[in-house]
Amino acid sequence: MKFGVIVFPGSNCDADCLHAVKAVLDQPVEYIWHKSNSVDGFDCIILPGGFSYGDYLRAGAIARFSPVMEAVINYAQKGGWVLGICNGFQVLLEAGLLPGAMRRNNNLQFICQDTYLKVENCSTPFTALCHPGEVLKIPVAHGEGNYYCDEKTLKELKQNNQIVFRYCDEMGKVTGEANPNGSINNIAGICNRHGNVLGMMPHPERCAEEILGSSDGAVLFKSILASWQRRVK
Amino acid sequence: MYQAKIYITLKQSVLDPQGSAVTKSLHAMGYENVKDVRVGRYLVVDVDAPSKEAAGEQVHDMCRKLLANPVIEDYTFELVEV
Amino acid sequence: MEPRSSEKLKPGIWREMGLTDQEFDRVKEILGREPNYVELGIFAVMWSEHCSYKTSRPVLKFFPTEGEQVLQGPGENAGIVDIGDGQAVAFKIESHNHPSAVEPYQGAATGVGGILRDVFTMGARPIAVLDSLRFGSLKNSRTRYLFSGVVSGISGYGNCVGVPTVGGEVFFAPTYEENPLVNVMCVGLIDHKDIKKGVAAGIGNPVMVVGARTGRDGIHGATFASEELSEESAEKRPAVQVGDPFMEKLLLEACLEVIKSGYVVGIQDMGAAGLTSSSCEMASRAGTGIEMDLSLVPRREEGMTPYELMLSESQERMLVVVKKGTEDKVKEIFNKWDLEAVVVGRVTGDGMLRLTEGQQLVAEVPAKALTDEAPVYQRPYSEPEYLKEAQNLSPVKIPIPDNYEQVLLDLLASPNIASKEWVYRQYDHMVGTNTVVRPGSDAAVLRVKGTKKGIAMTTDCNPRYCYLDPYMGGMIAVAEAARNLVCSGAKPLAITNCLNFGNPEKPGVMWQFRRAVQGMSEACRKLNTPVTGGNVSFYNETKGTAVYPTPTVGMVGLIEDLDYCCTQDFKDEGDIIILVGETRVELGGSEYLSVVHGLEGRGTPPQLDLELERKVQQAVLEAIKKGLVKSAHDCSEGGLAVALAESCISGGIGAEIYSIENIRGDALLFGESQSRIIISASENNVAELIRHLTLMEVPFTRLGTVGGEELRINLMDSGCAAGRPRPVINLPVAEMESRWRGAVKCLMK
Repeated sequence: MKFGVIVFPGSNCDADCLHAVKAVLDQPVEYIWHKSNSVDGFDCIILPGGFSYGDYLRAGAIARFSPVMEAVINYAQKGGWVLGICNGFQVLLEAGLLPGAMRRNNNLQFICQDTYLKVENCSTPFTALCHPGEVLKIPVAHGEGNYYCDEKTLKELKQNNQIVFRYCDEMGKVTGEANPNGSINNIAGICNRHGNVLGMMPHPERCAEEILGSSDGAVLFKSILASWQRRVK
Repeated sequence: MYQAKIYITLKQSVLDPQGSAVTKSLHAMGYENVKDVRVGRYLVVDVDAPSKEAAGEQVHDMCRKLLANPVIEDYTFELVEV
Repeated sequence: MEPRSSEKLKPGIWREMGLTDQEFDRVKEILGREPNYVELGIFAVMWSEHCSYKTSRPVLKFFPTEGEQVLQGPGENAGIVDIGDGQAVAFKIESHNHPSAVEPYQGAATGVGGILRDVFTMGARPIAVLDSLRFGSLKNSRTRYLFSGVVSGISGYGNCVGVPTVGGEVFFAPTYEENPLVNVMCVGLIDHKDIKKGVAAGIGNPVMVVGARTGRDGIHGATFASEELSEESAEKRPAVQVGDPFMEKLLLEACLEVIKSGYVVGIQDMGAAGLTSSSCEMASRAGTGIEMDLSLVPRREEGMTPYELMLSESQERMLVVVKKGTEDKVKEIFNKWDLEAVVVGRVTGDGMLRLTEGQQLVAEVPAKALTDEAPVYQRPYSEPEYLKEAQNLSPVKIPIPDNYEQVLLDLLASPNIASKEWVYRQYDHMVGTNTVVRPGSDAAVLRVKGTKKGIAMTTDCNPRYCYLDPYMGGMIAVAEAARNLVCSGAKPLAITNCLNFGNPEKPGVMWQFRRAVQGMSEACRKLNTPVTGGNVSFYNETKGTAVYPTPTVGMVGLIEDLDYCCTQDFKDEGDIIILVGETRVELGGSEYLSVVHGLEGRGTPPQLDLELERKVQQAVLEAIKKGLVKSAHDCSEGGLAVALAESCISGGIGAEIYSIENIRGDALLFGESQSRIIISASENNVAELIRHLTLMEVPFTRLGTVGGEELRINLMDSGCAAGRPRPVINLPVAEMESRWRGAVKCLMK
């Protein structure tokens, strides 16, 4: 299975994602330069975290117009698997591949800490190996992760089972205290209707190896490979 | 040449944490009559366009596509010939 | 508008630029004529304290700088030490105090930018940032403004570039009220074969300016940093530069790529004094000259004069000397990253820094005159008057508190000891996926991917000790940094330092400076941690009063096998707790005296026996490497009780301690005697551990066991050790944690 990691100017988790795919899955993985206008030949595309174009204007707003994004949008519309992490999630929102928008964290500060996530949807290729309600410990690191959408959209997200991760406490309770940034409905990650595009603020690549204090993030990468193997069969 | 002065703010329905923080500190400084503060962005864009209408249309376009995020933000602008 | 180079000098103008009459005469002597404005500006900035080290140079000679681990000592953009397998660590610390005092966000942000460039200009990829910060009391609203501004500046810049901020220290004392200290350290990883230096070698090689365009930022920032802060400093705001971390990230990637390409001969950051310092230093190091046409320098604003172009401190720029004929290849790499790279001149053989604007000559100065021939001052020094009085404090006059629980809780809630989570939560401390030990421990540890190795790093300095005895304080700063690394299982390798002092023209300040450097030097020799670089920041004063002498030490160490990396948290029920080292009646300069008795900066600081220190460190390090130790924590501010509480809090488990009260109880619990480390071990390793410690001839005491949900400390009468123990502290870990974790956050609300 071949992974591609998009490199925007200002991406800074690109190398981390590349490393995680190699370390967890030992599968082929390559960088895709933002000026490239094709993503052909890849089985999964990762939009990494960072500050694409300095996050000037709005997080992800400028990256959304880089040449590679047109190819990514096409790829996603054809059912290709796209995982956006942190800044990658913000780019997916700006690109309209996922609904809603990001606001600054409600305490106005950048937040870097471990969070607990409740897995709400195990039917996506990214969460196939999770159990419903499973709690994962995965860190966040962002200044604009306060997810927002209007009521109608939220209703749709719920109806279509598009909410994939919600911030919760260690025991899996979704509480206001467990919400680090003020996001609506404790949303940490959502997918599109077909489940082939996932955006999440927490960083699974930062906790995919035991030496980093947690390997809970590895389950996402393992799920992608397992789903792909199932699909190929 | 036209100059557009563009103001972008969060929509009235969207919580503006920066604005609330500023409101609070203004209150603390004694400006208790401050009712609300909205923090936004201000951009000055110089456009070379054949007419004011054409320039205005382009600026609208830019705002919708890039400068503002219609999901959470509103924009207004003034256009003057320079 | 700055004067053009052709205009005749206004009499006395050199004084406004910061040169003395004697220095001006020396300039005329070197040139054999009167300088023009551009030349004068160049001399003024290069001979400023900030760039020339004219006062500190003779004192810095005390530092040991050699060791078999040192690949690059002082004099380059950063020091480099070997970590085996053809790999090395590049690191450096630098101050950004004065800019941060007038504009905390940008001052701190550009401080991070500058130190990152110092490291990647050597060819190293920055893997971590640490910050050593000092402010006044958090009760003061100005302090809170400065503190939050500095923290968000570091966060805004470092997070964006994608280099994790993994550690450092924050210290509060009234002395820093209006002159905060912002010291930033960067650590980078490099292969020996990729090491690059700031040399303009090879006559005829092209000289290129790369990165951001030049604007009128921070003109004379370097001379600004060499003056005391005054009421008017606030008016000098334009001298503060604005950082662009996005540009820095692109510059970082482009520079590392171009260095790997093999086209680069020499490369240097345009830091303080911008194009001036980078060009003359590169030429001077190589014994060459540089010729530049300033009209070719890309600029942000029209109408900039040669003077402005040479002295601008616009950020995110580099000067690169490349192999002749590779200019286009180099441009291609920078263009790939959407950056400009422009040939502005070439290396010459005549040793001159020659500047033209098109055809017109605007300045011609011998490069070496600016660097090596800068004046050197042997400033007078004498023991400052405050010292005897501040030191004079008889312990008999300090009442012994009757409630030690309250003392412990108060100390845990003191901002100097309390959790700095409010700070490091704003720093991305995980990007890069190398952070094995996160902020909040004695030292941060990063893995080296593809190996079993880890790099441990820390910054340290207790400025109260330095104020009360600069020699002892300097020595302790080095010893404690090393002890922090040892607690993580690392062998200390080398240091970088940031020497923050007051006005050196005052003999008392000069005395503090000399004594501190001498103390540090002795500790560096004994612990085999040579100095590989750093910087000196003088004139940290407000309204004529110097800040505490603050020689910040940044240290790196090597963990050969991360399976034997150690942390401070108590691990399992039943583990045995042992204190290595000795506790004496040493209360002077302690956090306890300041917090509980209101005696800030009084008494004589704890004494350090370097031979004992070395033995304690060696014994603990070897025990960790043998796998006998489950936790290790340095006893520092707040003493034994605070160290025990911290090990309990971070482990989420209690402890039961029995200690003989052979000295007064407050000194036993809260005194800050040096060379002490608290370790814990599983019961079946204790016999071997005790044998090991005995063999290593270090003093140690068995303190108690890990377990329960409280920290219980019982004191026993020294006369009859068998007598009934007296419980003096019995606090739930959860209660201690909430005090410790909430304090800074609460003050910042």
